[in-house]
Amino acid sequence: MTVTAPVARKRSALTKGQLPAFAPYVVLAVALVLGAAILALIGFNAFGWGLVSAILFAIGLVGWSAAVEGGRKASDKLATCLIVGSFLVALLPLISVIWTVLVNGIPGIITPGFLTTSMNGVTGSLDNKSVDEGTKVLGGIYHALLGTVQITLLATVISVPVGLLTAIYLVEYGNDRALARAITFFVDVMTGIPSIVAGLFSAAFFFAVVGPGTKTGAVAAVALSVLMIPVVVRSSEEMLKIVPNELREAAYALGVRKWRTILKVVIPTAISGIASGVTLAIARVIGETAPILVTAGFATTINNNVFGGWMASLPTFIYTQILNPTSPSNPDPSSQRAWGAALVLIILVMLLNLGARLIARIFAPKAGR
Amino acid sequence: MTTNSLTTSQGAGRAGDKVFSGATLAAGCLILAVLFGVALFLVIQAIPALVAPPADIQGGHGFFAYIGPIVVGTLIAAVIAIVIATPVAIGVALFISHYAPRKLASGLGYVVDLLAAIPSVVYGAWGAAFLAPQISPAYGWLASNMGWLPIFQGPASATGKTILTASIVLSVMVLPIITSLSREIFLQTPKLHEEAALALGATRWEMIKMAVLPFGRPGIVSAIMLGLGRALGETMAVALVLSSGVLTASLIQTGNQTIAAEIALNFPEASGLKVSTLIAAGLVLFVITLGVNMIARWIISRHKEFSGAN
Repeated sequence: MTVTAPVARKRSALTKGQLPAFAPYVVLAVALVLGAAILALIGFNAFGWGLVSAILFAIGLVGWSAAVEGGRKASDKLATCLIVGSFLVALLPLISVIWTVLVNGIPGIITPGFLTTSMNGVTGSLDNKSVDEGTKVLGGIYHALLGTVQITLLATVISVPVGLLTAIYLVEYGNDRALARAITFFVDVMTGIPSIVAGLFSAAFFFAVVGPGTKTGAVAAVALSVLMIPVVVRSSEEMLKIVPNELREAAYALGVRKWRTILKVVIPTAISGIASGVTLAIARVIGETAPILVTAGFATTINNNVFGGWMASLPTFIYTQILNPTSPSNPDPSSQRAWGAALVLIILVMLLNLGARLIARIFAPKAGR
Repeated sequence: MTTNSLTTSQGAGRAGDKVFSGATLAAGCLILAVLFGVALFLVIQAIPALVAPPADIQGGHGFFAYIGPIVVGTLIAAVIAIVIATPVAIGVALFISHYAPRKLASGLGYVVDLLAAIPSVVYGAWGAAFLAPQISPAYGWLASNMGWLPIFQGPASATGKTILTASIVLSVMVLPIITSLSREIFLQTPKLHEEAALALGATRWEMIKMAVLPFGRPGIVSAIMLGLGRALGETMAVALVLSSGVLTASLIQTGNQTIAAEIALNFPEASGLKVSTLIAAGLVLFVITLGVNMIARWIISRHKEFSGAN
């Protein structure tokens, strides 16, 4: 006994009453094994295994910590478990959504002609035939893709000048006047307009001005602009604000007019941030469904005219194919087309997001040497 | 004839200044006009529904009897979504701001922002095709074990297309909004407060409780309000996921409806008075979200003045 005592005293008094560094790994291993055992009893599935193991891990680690380290350290461990756990919980839907869209969307997107044909002439009986005979699903998203591009382009053409000029007013001319403060406040309020209300506004406006039942791509573009302008204003304003004042003062000192200073000095300096903000705004509105649903109607054919006739778009295509399948008795071809369109839409949005980051990086003003 | 070259400037330059500042001013005013126009045109188009004889409105008891249940349905869906999303969002925000390794933090923030990038119609499709069938056994269990609570009263929906499923999808959609705003505010916590707490021997959780959360509280509240505004107006998640019906207390039966989904489902085929009724419903939604957003912005702006002292 006298021999073992000095060995036990090797642990320093400073680290006494602490869990060893390997404690979490031990508890994790035990929790995984126990979780697998419990799940084996009630029927195994991966989600349940993860859930049970996570709960066992938290109980085990917190309990051990409470026994060795005391209540304060134990509640710290509990909080850590909950916070890390909430992050993992937040990842679940993201992974699940992307996985679902990939699995269901790839059969649709690899069907020949999916990207290059419209739904013109595709009827329920054709869908029934393709299910019965196992042939390829006819019909595609060309008209919807075209509609989305046209509507979004028109919305961008409306929103960018208005949004950018407003941002310039707020930063360069506003001087914290009452009007500038009112604009800032109402731009913030506009950010919160529900997308369907923006659609209803545009519809109500055109119903009153052009005539009841006016539904064209242009009406949808106006609705999207209402959603897009505040995003453009906000991001451009932030970017213009961080342009150093020295640049403006240097231009003024050379006798350059204010408007030329803004056009030739301030905007070129901030252009990378503005462009990336605009790209993000496009990414935000390209996936909007509700405003297009109430403003552009549904079309199954190609429409090249934004100002006349109903127009399809990717989001409304997905919506109608799911809710009203082309063939009510055989919804599978419709849902295949809908998931294919969803995959195309997600790829578009991700590319725009990626593009925004690349623009911000590539066109960033050169830092001084 | 006392003009000299210093006081007269080139006409082109001065005109350019005037035109340019005028254009920026006009753009700013246009935004105010648009917002005013939103309210004005909604009111104009909604008036026929408000003054029509009650028997002509859908349901036959006038506009307010029609809108009442779906306003309640909207509030139920949005409040459940917020109740689910808030704790998770604050946890994620704390994880990214105070727990994750510095190098990973911005990348993880981007991952959470991806949740906001996914279009709402894709969430709706995911909720209807994947989540609802997966979750319906849980509803069966709730109905048989917790059925004595009115909100879990059976029989549970066999398809899982209930208001609770719609709320879960909504909570996923508002999660990135609450997370990104809370994260910003947590990162602004004065470093000295945090270090003082740690120097006094606080654990990391005690430091967060004493320094980070009290500083961030107004920011969290306004983030929740903004998330609520988003959840109230979200259309597609509800339109695709929920099999709508009359207002019911049970969350796991089919039934209930929200304003946004009601408009989306009925507007494309509507005509005449029905259009006015739906636009009036949109006006009600606009007023509710406007109120929620204004309160949120007010909290933020009040907070700005206080935080200036730090």
